[in-house]
Amino acid sequence: MNATLTGEGAHEAAPPPLAPAASTGDCAIVTRGLTKRFRGGQVAVDDLHLAVPRGAVYGFLGPNGSGKTTTIRMLLGLVAPTGGGWELLGRPMPAGLAAALPGVGALVEGPAFYPYLSGAANLLRYDAADPTADGRTARARVAAVLDRVGLSAAAGKRYRAYSLGMRQRLAIAATLLGPRELLVLDEPTNGLDPQGTREVRALVKQVAAGGTTVFVSSHLLAEVEQMCTHVGVMRGGRLAAQGPIAELRAGRAPLVRVLTPDAARAAAVLERLGLSGARAAGEEAVAEIGDLPPERACAELVDAGVAVRGFTVARPSLEEVFVGLTGEGFDVEN
Amino acid sequence: MSRTDATARTGAAPEEPPATGPADGPGVVIDGADRPAIRVATPDAATPDAATSDVATPDAATPDAATSDVATSDAAASGGAPASTPPGGAMPDAGASGAPARARPVAGTWRLLRSELGLTFRRPRNLVLLALLAVVPVVIGVVLRAMGGGGPSIIAQAAGNGLMLTFGAMSVVAQLHLPLAVAVVAGDAVAGEAGTGTLRYLLTAPAGRTRLLLVKFADIAVYAAAACAVVTAAALLTGLALFPAGPVTLLSGTTISFADGLLRVLAVTGYAAVGMAAFGAVGLAVSTLTEAPIGAVAATVGAVVCSNIFGLIPQLEPVRPYLITSWWGEFDGVLRDPVAVDTMTQGLLVFAAYIAVFGTVAWARFTGRDITG
Repeated sequence: MNATLTGEGAHEAAPPPLAPAASTGDCAIVTRGLTKRFRGGQVAVDDLHLAVPRGAVYGFLGPNGSGKTTTIRMLLGLVAPTGGGWELLGRPMPAGLAAALPGVGALVEGPAFYPYLSGAANLLRYDAADPTADGRTARARVAAVLDRVGLSAAAGKRYRAYSLGMRQRLAIAATLLGPRELLVLDEPTNGLDPQGTREVRALVKQVAAGGTTVFVSSHLLAEVEQMCTHVGVMRGGRLAAQGPIAELRAGRAPLVRVLTPDAARAAAVLERLGLSGARAAGEEAVAEIGDLPPERACAELVDAGVAVRGFTVARPSLEEVFVGLTGEGFDVEN
Repeated sequence: MSRTDATARTGAAPEEPPATGPADGPGVVIDGADRPAIRVATPDAATPDAATSDVATPDAATPDAATSDVATSDAAASGGAPASTPPGGAMPDAGASGAPARARPVAGTWRLLRSELGLTFRRPRNLVLLALLAVVPVVIGVVLRAMGGGGPSIIAQAAGNGLMLTFGAMSVVAQLHLPLAVAVVAGDAVAGEAGTGTLRYLLTAPAGRTRLLLVKFADIAVYAAAACAVVTAAALLTGLALFPAGPVTLLSGTTISFADGLLRVLAVTGYAAVGMAAFGAVGLAVSTLTEAPIGAVAATVGAVVCSNIFGLIPQLEPVRPYLITSWWGEFDGVLRDPVAVDTMTQGLLVFAAYIAVFGTVAWARFTGRDITG
């Protein structure tokens, strides 16, 4: 599957095409021109073509208000699209919702539970709503998922008394109640402290390691970069870019970054070594490393008397890729 | 990239501190608490000097592999670092495996209804309402006992026979108390779940919209029946405690046995339960229109009050037969011999019509609605 990238200015162009292989059974989620126009005329999601390969950890990225949650609500059948169609786990929707949803664990727009019930009772309640779930194994399954998210000790405590992080973890536990082929997680780390965020990330990796496709929305680029194999970027209700993270970045040359008080001199040395794009900014000199062995660059710098405080070789971060693509920063607060 | 271990070490380590539990995988490096750590990715890692710092394997030093960002995404692409095996083998397999689970329509729906009833009958608010309903017959009984009976009304006749208190109490509570209790449960049924957001999780479970609505209605009907049963039970106990029991003299003047009287009490309770269930359908329909349960309850109660007022205005006489409130108290027929079924049959038909009409409204609204709360 090819990374498909369109910049902000390409809205009038054709939507990012789906690679042929991605349009059939090997996708957990496919949308074709999915559109939601609310009654006020506001278009929340516009002609969306998503392709989420099975087994992928797909980061659904975009600022708040870019249509991520509306898209997720449409995927799960909570909101009816006004245009286009979609497939979940190979089944055409919305006709196949009842058949597909038992295989989907979903966290949509934060946790929601019955405040007067305990954590365990809340999970039993949602499990009872799933017609494919076996009531005889419910207690064992609930205990297992509570253990998995580290809430065993609070299983009997009322939800009302849960902290924000516990609530989020309970919601994640609910998504793991049955055997899932797909997890849809809408901002799963919202409200979590750094430790909780790391736990969620580890959990996502665990689940993905078991073969489950994970579709995770976030407004935090760094988070997506750390968890995901694929990424789709929403901007104003449209898909601005989509593809495997590695491919999105592949076109970008690895950069050498030298942290030094002699940035200008370092840049000169790098240029002398034949590296392109050598430049100095503040206490940092940057250049494309190309085929040059990094150790040679480092040795040359030291030989030239540059005080090297730090030396890294890295492909540009996703953020830099997007800045390059769209000519603007990924400013999530707007 | 073949050396995942090496790339995970150089790449993932700085960004992926151990998430849960002990660091047991090669992809995790624990730095000293706040001492800056230095990592050297180099082909010469085996030199004594380098061995004191964190060391990467030789392959990692090629320009490609040394790029930490690429390493990260590779580690993710290969399904996470080896460190991330699920803790505790008891975990049910969350992976994509096996045949799709089959729906168990009957057992599953039963289970959902039990869950629904559990919520309704464990909720303190709903239990308090039932307790208050039980108080009404007791109060009526005590007042009658204190003031003495007399007069032709059903209520007054209780002074002569404890069993009559059930009919009297039911005719009093059927106009406002019972509908109030049912309105609280019915108005809350969908709007409450929508308001707290639990509705979206029920629907993605997936409960199924039609199935969920049917279960909700069944739950309301059971609560309505329970409310009527509570009134009857409280009235019976009060009546038997405060007044003489024995053969019952009916409105038509004939006398029937106490056992026969009990049967007729059951019939009245059933009739009232159907009437309240029908009203529950109204509440359920209102409940699908909003995400504010208080609003739904208030609107439903308001409907009863308005309907009662319409019933009192002589100019509105022609609409009376169409008002559900007109039929709740129309169970005098059981107090005649033989039982006058005409009026009650008509009442039951009206209740059935209300269930059909408002059930359809609720269904049409609920199945076509966007769940955005």
